[in-house]
Order: sequence, then structure tokens, then C-alpha cells
Amino acid sequence: MKARVHVMLKDGVLDPQGEAVRHALGALGFDGVEGVRQGKVIDLDLAPGTTEAQVTEMCEKLLANTVIESYRIDMG
Amino acid sequence: MKAAVLVFPGSNCDRDMAVAFERAGFAVSMVWHKDHALPAGVDIIGVPGGFSYGDYLRCGAIAANSPICRELKHHAEAGGHVIGVCNGFQVLTETGLLPGALLRNAGLKYICRTVPLVVGTADSVFTRGYDKGQEIRIPIAHHDGNYFADEATLDRLEAEDRVAFRYGDNPNGSARDIAGILSDNRRVLGLMPHPERAAEPAHGNTDGKPVFDALAAALERVIA
Repeated sequence: MKARVHVMLKDGVLDPQGEAVRHALGALGFDGVEGVRQGKVIDLDLAPGTTEAQVTEMCEKLLANTVIESYRIDMG
Repeated sequence: MKAAVLVFPGSNCDRDMAVAFERAGFAVSMVWHKDHALPAGVDIIGVPGGFSYGDYLRCGAIAANSPICRELKHHAEAGGHVIGVCNGFQVLTETGLLPGALLRNAGLKYICRTVPLVVGTADSVFTRGYDKGQEIRIPIAHHDGNYFADEATLDRLEAEDRVAFRYGDNPNGSARDIAGILSDNRRVLGLMPHPERAAEPAHGNTDGKPVFDALAAALERVIA
């Protein structure tokens, strides 16, 4: 079984990399991009029976830093 | 007086920190990240700069979960002294021993230069060799030194006089110009600038030396 974890900087935390991407898109002529936020996707291959609660614990302990990041789990 | 300097794969300021401790009079042990115990009787642990575990996932995140960092946490929670410089500061925030986090520099660039700092408090064993408000010059070398914490945490750090150093000319976007902070018991210091790189005449700058001398004086008194 698989799980996909999306990690994003929380709203209100400046994302300078996202800002740089937004500027680059503008320079390429893509008008109307009002904001870019860059995050991470982490795919987990899990032994059968692994619970979402266990993946949540993984996020809390390591995969995300909840001081600055939020996460979302999709169980495959 | 005994100091232990932690060594992770990718640490590159560990020997500089060890030399700074030795020159101040400490006996220094280098402790590998896979070790499960600290040398007996360690008075202070140094968490050095570098790129532990290649900065994978987040700077300091993997190191914070290494076997030796469990011992680091026990040492700090028992009232032991800890100094974390640069990547070491990132490790200390990832362990939760210090609040906040270090984000990518606001200008996105790696910055390596000597910068002015203002001493935020002289009320700690790390900073009592300075006067509050004194301006010093210390090198920085980092890509992720942009200190972030929520407003309530920043207010608390200021109210409790726990901002050890501020940037004179904020190079990286850090909240409230913060370059280094103390734990609530004032025995854990994390800072992005490198005092160990400005600790002897051969460095061309000795503005960081008082950190190690003050530590030596304070810890010697505790033992005596």
C-alpha cells in the first residue's frame, strides 16, 4: 500500500522560492500568476496494515516541521 | 571542564568549534552521531555548523532524530549547557530545544561574510563577556538562516530577554533581526553566526572569543 504526503509552508510563512518562481513565470510572459507556493510531495511504500494514524505520527515527528509547515495525507 | 562536539556526516565546523573550546581551556571529545552515550561528566555540548545529512528533508531534521541527539535532549532537559552554531542552531530548533525554525534566506542566496551583530543580552553564561548593546562583528555562512517564529513566541523571547544576538543589518530576513536565542533556562544557545571563526588573532578577528571564555569562566566556577 502507498501513502502520499503533501508538505506545504503554512499560510503566513514567507516562501521566497515560490516568489522567485512567480517572478520567473512573469518573465516568461505568463501574466496573471498572483502567487506561487512551493512544497514537497513524499511517497511512502507501506507494509499492509499501516494506519493513517501511523502516517500522521511520521509527519508530526519527522516529515513536516509543524512550526512552519502543514501537511496532508492521501492514503492510496 | 569537559566539552563534547557532535559530529554528523556533513558537519564541517566541528574541528573549528573543538579548537575554540580547547583554547578556552576545555578538554574536548568528538562524539559521532551514531553513539548512544556522551562521555561522562560533559559540561557543555557543541552542535557544530555544516550540512548534516546533506540538509536532506530540512536542515537539521535528520540530525535531530539521530541517536546522539536523544542524549543531547536528555543533557539539556537535565539543565546541561548546549551551544548550537549555524547548522547546530537548525538542529536545536528541530529537536524542539529552542523555539521557531530557520527558513531559506529571504534573498534566496547563500551568504558568506562577516556581519555586524548587536548583543541582545549579557545575562547568560554565553554572553556575559559582552555588554548588552555592544556591537561585534562575526562571520555568517548559511543558506537557511531566516529565523521564523509566530508573533506570540517572538514577543515571549523579547519579554524574557532571550534574544542573545541581533543582526545590525539584517542579511537574511530574520524576524525582528534575530541572530541567536536562548532557551527558557538560558543554558541552551542557538545562533547562526560563527563565533568559533572569530576566536583567535590568526582569524583576523577575535570578537567571538568572549563566548568561549565566558563559558569557561562560568563552568569552571560551577565545578570548583
